[in-house]
Amino acid sequence: MKVLVCVTQVLEVSTYVEFTADGRAVDPAFVTALVNEADLCAVEEALVLVEHAGDGEVVLVSAGEGEADEALRSALSLGPQRAVRAWADGVVASDPRSVAAALMAVVESESPDLVLTGVQSSDTGAQSVGPVLAAMWGVACVPVGRRLSASGSTLALEREFEGGIVERVEVDLPAVVTVQVGANTPRYGSFKDKMRAKKADIDVVVPSSLPPSRTTVARLCVALTGAGRSLELIEGGPAAVAARIADLVREVQS
Amino acid sequence: MTRSLVLAEVIDGVLAPVTAQAVTAAASLGGDVVLAVVTQEPHDLIEAASLVGVTEIVTVAAPGSDRDHEQALAAAAALVADVDPDQVLAGFTIRSSAYAAALGHLLDLGVVTDAIALRRDESGPLIATRSVYDGRVHAEVELDASRPGLVLVRPSTWEAAEPGGSPTVRSLAVDLPESRVRSVELVRPSGDVDLTRADVIFSVGRGVGSQENVAVFAEVAAKFGAALGSSRPIVDAGWLPASHQVGQTGTTVKPRLYVAFGISGALHHLAGMQNSQTIVVVNSDKNAPLFGHADVGAVEDIHDVVEQLNLLA
Ligand SMILES: Cc1cc2nc3c(=O)[nH]c(=O)nc-3n(C[C@H](O)[C@H](O)[C@H](O)COP(=O)(O)OP(=O)(O)OC[C@H]3O[C@@H](n4cnc5c(N)ncnc54)[C@H](O)[C@@H]3O)c2cc1C
Ligand SMILES: Nc1ncnc2c1ncn2[C@@H]1O[C@H](COP(=O)(O)O)[C@@H](O)[C@H]1O
Repeated sequence: MKVLVCVTQVLEVSTYVEFTADGRAVDPAFVTALVNEADLCAVEEALVLVEHAGDGEVVLVSAGEGEADEALRSALSLGPQRAVRAWADGVVASDPRSVAAALMAVVESESPDLVLTGVQSSDTGAQSVGPVLAAMWGVACVPVGRRLSASGSTLALEREFEGGIVERVEVDLPAVVTVQVGANTPRYGSFKDKMRAKKADIDVVVPSSLPPSRTTVARLCVALTGAGRSLELIEGGPAAVAARIADLVREVQS
Repeated sequence: MTRSLVLAEVIDGVLAPVTAQAVTAAASLGGDVVLAVVTQEPHDLIEAASLVGVTEIVTVAAPGSDRDHEQALAAAAALVADVDPDQVLAGFTIRSSAYAAALGHLLDLGVVTDAIALRRDESGPLIATRSVYDGRVHAEVELDASRPGLVLVRPSTWEAAEPGGSPTVRSLAVDLPESRVRSVELVRPSGDVDLTRADVIFSVGRGVGSQENVAVFAEVAAKFGAALGSSRPIVDAGWLPASHQVGQTGTTVKPRLYVAFGISGALHHLAGMQNSQTIVVVNSDKNAPLFGHADVGAVEDIHDVVEQLNLLA
């Protein structure tokens, strides 16, 4: 069984932020890059599927410029066999359809049985790349999935909905699944895998055609918080905080 | 004149609240608002769908379940072709996200998910605002004016349109495919607590650290007559049953008092508790996003606070 897992770098921004001169991105001085949490759950899910199948491989792909290699290397340290990067000038990183078109070039060259993505990028949360990729590939997509198991060419899994509703479903492979954050606890990976990840060759696949981008990030600005409420901060240590909470509870219950 | 197509979300034969909110968002752009209702028995929903601001209802009879996103995709594609809208709106929900981006690709629409504001300046492009980076930054996204746009609106962000409109109604016959995703079993939540009935909820997040500590909070909550809620990672870790989870994929609560201990305030958690009457947040990180949605806050270690609470109970 060959599983392709899409991983991406997400940005954590500091409380105080400044933007780049064109106003369309956060100034890199105010960000920390990490591997998207849901993608690590997808990698773990893939590794378990391949272990159970008894043979096959887990291949990672990220669409991005050079820095995407960092996400690929940290995900490789969990144990996947290989990693590929997809990029060409003209890929619009903020447009899920453009990203999916880049990833699609790797789906075509690798012909996997299953493609996993995370449920969403934690920083910009479009929840879109998996469903678009499935549409481009012409296969079914199961979003917000967990507890994957394969038997022959059938994949069984659970998908989640609002309000705690869970549906157990089956789908024929090949297919795309977006893996829910927290679906499992990703392993740490062995020392050997970590060393291998550091030195791994990461080939770059260049997509041959890209769809037009129909969205443009025009401007970023700092969000005003408050949401209609004004915050009263309790000072004076844990005892004062507990006393205030106890008062609030009694007010409600009296 | 502009024309909006709103794709209704129907769950268990009932119109989801986000649909009336999406109607408000669409109506704010002016022009016609066409509301499409795709479900097994759409005629049962005409009255509920006759919202103020809706000019026309188009129904599509669809045999699949309300979780069948392949059918929803095919119906939406037919509706866009038939209605020829300038923009398509739906809720940013698991059901809509399951097909929205695919619809955008198939019909070459500009897609923006999780929009919190929508406007069009003087015949310019449609501009949707998204909240990104933990809500710290707002991004204004322009949709290409040469193609229709597809916008998924964040639930509970627009006011709901009121019932009592008088739209025209027609039906559209669409040949719908059988889904390639086969349903085996539907599991509805069951559990030992009903958080929706609680006046006071003490809720614990990842900051609680261990299952033993969850038990400490459970005991203190019980002493205060509060129900015990949690964020999702606590349920994922198996430290509490799913019935305790507050949020998008858990329970939506609206108690008189919600006290969050060690919860950061992710959008998915907010979705389930932001309408609580009074919100109290205890978190050791003064920058936790949930403080931005609270009435009362304390930057403290939750273990110290619970210890003191225990003495007062
Ligand atoms: C489709 C989807 C649906 C989801 N549905 C839900 C849902 O229904 N409900 C839900 O909750 N989440 C849901 N999530 C997950 C959500 O995105 C967040 O990951 C989750 O809410 C984070 O939980 P948390 O705040 O407990 O953990 P974290 O984000 O890790 O925050 C822990 C907080 O505890 C604080 N802390 C740590 N130690 C201490 C201490 N000793 N004292 C005080 N503070 C401390 C930290 O400063 C931090 O702010 C969903 C995600 C997706 C993608
Ligand atoms: N640039 C990218 N490269 C590889 N995978 C990506 C990229 N962007 C998003 N993904 C995948 O798509 C998922 C959903 O992303 P999004 O649609 O941005 O919320 C992520 O969890 C990743 O698995």
